[in-house]
Amino acid sequence: MLSACNTEAKDKQKNQDSPVGLYGRTEKEKAYDAKVMAESFFNEHEMATLAVLCDLILPATTSAGSATDAEVPAFIAFIVKDIPQHQLPLRGGMMWLDHRSGKLFNEVFLTCSEEQKKQLLDEIAWPNKSTPELEPGINFFNRMRNLVMTGYYTTKMGLDDLGYKGNVPTVWDGVPQDVLNKHGLSYDPEWLAKCVDQEKRGIVAKWDEQGNLIT
Amino acid sequence: MQIKKSSKVYDVIIVGSGAGGGMATKVLSEAGLQIAVVEAGPYFDPGDPAQKTQLKWPWESPRRGAGTTRPFGDFDSCYGGWEIEGEPYTHTPGTQFDWWRAQMLGGRTNHWGRISLRFGPKDFKHKSVDGLGDDWPISYDDVKPYYDKVDKLIGVFGSKENLPNEPDGFFLPPPKPRLHELYFINGSKKVGVPVIPGRLSMVTKKINEERGVCFYCGQCNRGCSVHADFSAGTCLIFPAQKSGGKIDLFVNSMVREVLTDKEGKATGVSYINKDDRMEYELKGKIVVLAASACSSARILLNSKSTQHPAGLGNSSGVVGKYLHDSTGTSRAAFMPALMNRDIYNEDGVGGMHIYTPWWLDNSKLDFPRGYHMEMWGGMDIPSYGFGFDVNELNQYIGEKVGGYGDQLRKDVKKFYGSVIGISGRGECIARENNYCELDPEVVDEYGIPVLRFNYTWTDHERLQSKHMHNTFEEIFGAMGAKVLGEKPGAKDDYGLAAPGRIIHEVGTTRMGDNPSTSVTNKFEQLHDASNVFVVDGGPFVSQADKNPTWTILALSWRTSDYIVDQLKKRNI
Repeated sequence: MLSACNTEAKDKQKNQDSPVGLYGRTEKEKAYDAKVMAESFFNEHEMATLAVLCDLILPATTSAGSATDAEVPAFIAFIVKDIPQHQLPLRGGMMWLDHRSGKLFNEVFLTCSEEQKKQLLDEIAWPNKSTPELEPGINFFNRMRNLVMTGYYTTKMGLDDLGYKGNVPTVWDGVPQDVLNKHGLSYDPEWLAKCVDQEKRGIVAKWDEQGNLIT
Repeated sequence: MQIKKSSKVYDVIIVGSGAGGGMATKVLSEAGLQIAVVEAGPYFDPGDPAQKTQLKWPWESPRRGAGTTRPFGDFDSCYGGWEIEGEPYTHTPGTQFDWWRAQMLGGRTNHWGRISLRFGPKDFKHKSVDGLGDDWPISYDDVKPYYDKVDKLIGVFGSKENLPNEPDGFFLPPPKPRLHELYFINGSKKVGVPVIPGRLSMVTKKINEERGVCFYCGQCNRGCSVHADFSAGTCLIFPAQKSGGKIDLFVNSMVREVLTDKEGKATGVSYINKDDRMEYELKGKIVVLAASACSSARILLNSKSTQHPAGLGNSSGVVGKYLHDSTGTSRAAFMPALMNRDIYNEDGVGGMHIYTPWWLDNSKLDFPRGYHMEMWGGMDIPSYGFGFDVNELNQYIGEKVGGYGDQLRKDVKKFYGSVIGISGRGECIARENNYCELDPEVVDEYGIPVLRFNYTWTDHERLQSKHMHNTFEEIFGAMGAKVLGEKPGAKDDYGLAAPGRIIHEVGTTRMGDNPSTSVTNKFEQLHDASNVFVVDGGPFVSQADKNPTWTILALSWRTSDYIVDQLKKRNI
């Protein structure tokens, strides 16, 4: 029985963590990552609460998936083990949330209605409207929002939503003309004359004795 | 422990494989010498799929690139950091120095910023200008031919500007400025601050048949799989091996000391193999130290013998002294004109396409020496921390901060690429009382006595940092950008980064003509042992407001030529 429970817990843990790819880890780093992966921090109730918060912060749209679609809860489950400073504020924050929902609706946050959840979040999602009583909730929600945003916008889904275009080989040949126009900017011809002629980048550089490029 | 001795006698043993060690390996092996390179870290090739981080995506890292195991993040190609487990260092109470160590083939050159600036005529003789510090025993004219050779061998982009103390070189053409850089150029012009194309060692145009040309991923700190930027492995050591150099690499090998004979001359080195934790000895006719300024000083101080009771090369007591790092401080700003940007690939090279060299006259200022400025910004690849305080900038445009739901997606896009910044990097005067020495009570996990640092800033550096922040604010103001955060004041040293944080530490084995006030002569040769040389940043007398790598390379080449010449003349 006991061992069955352990296996189950481990399987759950596996699902919580993101996979580790081949991205230049040293043996020591791989061992560290494996150790962190094998640990678990959040319990089932916390993971469930986390998932609900994730999708309230970033619900799906017509063109992009939600935070849970992007497996943000798994990222948060990993990052709190990797950066333990997050642990206490998140665990305590979720307890605070359940306390608050209990006070307002006589329910834990998870079992509140959608409307009640949003009513509660409206109290703590706007830092500049805070009251001392709500300060712990505001701090918690700031941290949650940060981790959800960072977890989402570092996935493929997030980068697609952002419209990110980099991290691929290219040839940089200056700001596109329509962007320059929009900003009312232009390149100074004197400056431009110094810059690389991308047509000739494949020709081996040669200089005269004064250091002037002649190829 | 039984020390394992090898019977082979190398012509040259080179300790360390970064800029200085890599250059010595190339030049000395090409002269036909038998070389041993002893490196404290593992083998590294940025093109090896098992080690490559270039063009990886943030989600390939479970921590999305956070800095848990590497200080500059998961994708940064540097093994090491300010703290290394099992290899501590200590401080004199009340002082601070954060010591960066890169332990891998190629050392720090695998992840550095590639800013490749020549020292100017004034930088070698600055005491003659302002009476502070010391002059070098060599001048710009001594080094110029080597800077020229380094430019042509390795490749550095830049532009001819004919500035008095920023010598031009044999430049590859620079890349065009990015959008935020155009704003910087215009803003700086308004307040009379000059801006010129950056000078960095990326190959924007083919330099030879072996190396690739930059494909503008902006990730030079990850190392380049096509070898289109400078690192000591890809540009010096690998080519030297390929062209038939007689080079034995000893990796994961931590040098304890230089061994000497009855005459006080070096006979080799002893090192710990980190894999089997056994001690070994290598025999060599010449020892070239290139372990980084403080590591080389540590090796010398640990090389005590009857002939060298205070440590090898330390009859002057100067080893470890005159340690100095660049000054540095940064500021960020929000640029409303860059809100809601059109998104396109503007990764460019992995560093600044523009910069500001020092432009002012110190006789009109309340601090000595200068600084250069590095401008940054752009639509960077998201990693851990992206999206934190997602809409805090709303406060500057009269909109609400906080919330949840679909609005956050709009906010992310609204502010993406709208935060820019400037970093200042300046010169600290080398002082005798900024130093590292052996801590008599502490050893590392290999049983080697560790360094104890004693370093403080003075008002020279603090006032320089204060001036940097005034300049940053002027430029931001002229650009229409809103400066972020509080302006640092006197109580926090005007934002001056802690000593060691800029990772330009030099000066610990400084060169000079007088053996009682310097460690090496003008050829980086120990005054006390003619067959020992130091080719890292240690021999620097002063560091200028410039990154030290290009000068390390030029001086190492010059020293290597001198070694070959002296061997021919049978002087060593």
